[in-house]
Amino acid sequence: MSKITVKICAGTTCFVMGGADLQELIDIIPRKYGDKVEVSGTPCLEVCSSNLEYAKAPYVKVDDDIVVEATVEKVLEIIDKKLGIS
Amino acid sequence: MNNAGQAIHLKKEILVRIIKAFLSDEFEEQTRLIPYDMRPKGMEVPYRCCIYKERAIIKDRTIAGLGFPIEEDDETVSLATYAKKAIEREEIDEKNLTVLQAACKGCKTNRIYVTDLCQGCVARPCLSACKFGAVSIVNGRSVIDDSKCKKCQMCVNACPYKAIVKITVPCEDVCPVGAIKKDETGFASIDFSKCISCGKCISACPFGAVHERSQIIDILKAIKSDKRVIAMIAPSIAGQFPGNIYQLKTAIIKAGFDDVYEVAQGADITAKTEAKEFTERMHLANEKASEWLNEWVNEGGYGEKPEQTEENVQKFMTTSCCAGYNQLIKKHMPEIKPFVSDTKTPMYYTAELVKKDNPDAVTVFISPCVAKRAEGFENPNVNYIMNFEELGALFVAKKIEILECDESNYIVESSKQARNFGFSGGVAESVKAALPKEDSVKPCIINGLNKESIRQLKKYAKSGECDGGCNLIEVMCCEGGCIGGNATMNSQKTAKKLIDALAEKSTDIEKI
Repeated sequence: MSKITVKICAGTTCFVMGGADLQELIDIIPRKYGDKVEVSGTPCLEVCSSNLEYAKAPYVKVDDDIVVEATVEKVLEIIDKKLGIS
Repeated sequence: MNNAGQAIHLKKEILVRIIKAFLSDEFEEQTRLIPYDMRPKGMEVPYRCCIYKERAIIKDRTIAGLGFPIEEDDETVSLATYAKKAIEREEIDEKNLTVLQAACKGCKTNRIYVTDLCQGCVARPCLSACKFGAVSIVNGRSVIDDSKCKKCQMCVNACPYKAIVKITVPCEDVCPVGAIKKDETGFASIDFSKCISCGKCISACPFGAVHERSQIIDILKAIKSDKRVIAMIAPSIAGQFPGNIYQLKTAIIKAGFDDVYEVAQGADITAKTEAKEFTERMHLANEKASEWLNEWVNEGGYGEKPEQTEENVQKFMTTSCCAGYNQLIKKHMPEIKPFVSDTKTPMYYTAELVKKDNPDAVTVFISPCVAKRAEGFENPNVNYIMNFEELGALFVAKKIEILECDESNYIVESSKQARNFGFSGGVAESVKAALPKEDSVKPCIINGLNKESIRQLKKYAKSGECDGGCNLIEVMCCEGGCIGGNATMNSQKTAKKLIDALAEKSTDIEKI
């Protein structure tokens, strides 16, 4: 099974609209999933400049999917689902 | 940090929209449209009973964002008119908070309530526990007469089934000075003669009903004028945005400011001045004490040691840089004033420096909390206060990517200790570090003002002594320090990591 990649948007909009908290994922994910999941911060994913706009920020990208209004719990839940942990 | 989740998201979204409206060519019309843009026709209703109420509440929140009190709105005035009035406004109001009462109606008043868990037991401990005759048994179950109940919670503690609960009103519960109350009509209102502007009610209200009255329009207006506008950033800001404070300076300038000063620069002055003051006060105390001891010894040293009665003999000093604490002293605890250092706050010294360099400039303090609005209002060198959320909203509205900004230098680099001023313990630490003999300081840290810590401070003021022989009391109104301010956006843990990274690269404070 290939690694799941999680990219946390560190663009200004995401950070301001609640994404600052998401930086915690950088600590939590390796602790929880070891090397099954790769997590990193990323400069603006540029989702906010497309149709979704700032109101739905913060954004996180899990593999190819964009998570809108992301929270730590929401992202962990998606990873669990992908790994088949429920 | 603000825990109001979605409510705070909503407040920030509104701020972004207000700023975007200002930056457009038709401020009044765009402002009028905010509730309709956010809740367009046919949209699913997220929180309230219907889309009309949603819009009405967004309108109220926008009124606060424009800087006006929501309580005084009679619903006939359109947001376009408020926008116009905001532009015409020359002065800001002292009252810095406003309550969206339509949002707080959902919250029940403070009371003791018997839940369905009541088993109608034979022992009836609740009945005997109540000293006020408020508990009676109706149909085999306990009932509380609210008119007699004093909310002492004796029945709550007595019930073995934990069937009786105290229903709390979060804003009332968290207010350390009893300034916010639900009145007879069930609406919360703030008594400004008691309010210390700590902002705890803003963070506590799950409905996001308490708003800061924003000065964002006044600031945008100043930026648009030909005046120089200078931002002064609080030390705690280093943990709030992506990138470092040097990139942040560039971003703030991109947002329209002419220059940026670190308030940590003023924190260095505060720490050194406070260290000097501490030495003088404690030296004076020691001198008086030894004088008194000598007298006793000269008299032979026999008998009872007389009570030490000299004036000005102080065994402790408290810090004076927290705006919430300063409001507390002024409104609720004048007796502690003699123990409070006369040293001014980092914002005070920074604003003084900025005005000296640029007498005609408009100064804007960028703040983690609402209490600084109260302090800024009292200081003629500080024109406006902008909180972290408002600065964030300005970045969002102007699409400024901090991580893409180049680094700009500050003319004065601040010390490691000054940059740590926003942590609980950071101020005491910097005073200590500025002293030649660091071990002369025995700090006592008040990490957050609440009913308990206020009692403690009152006790110290009355007895003239601090527990454990401590001689420097650092008071921070917010738990964790400024990084726990009501307008912060980052968790304290992540904020601390970011500030630590900056402090590590900074030099130590000079000794006095």
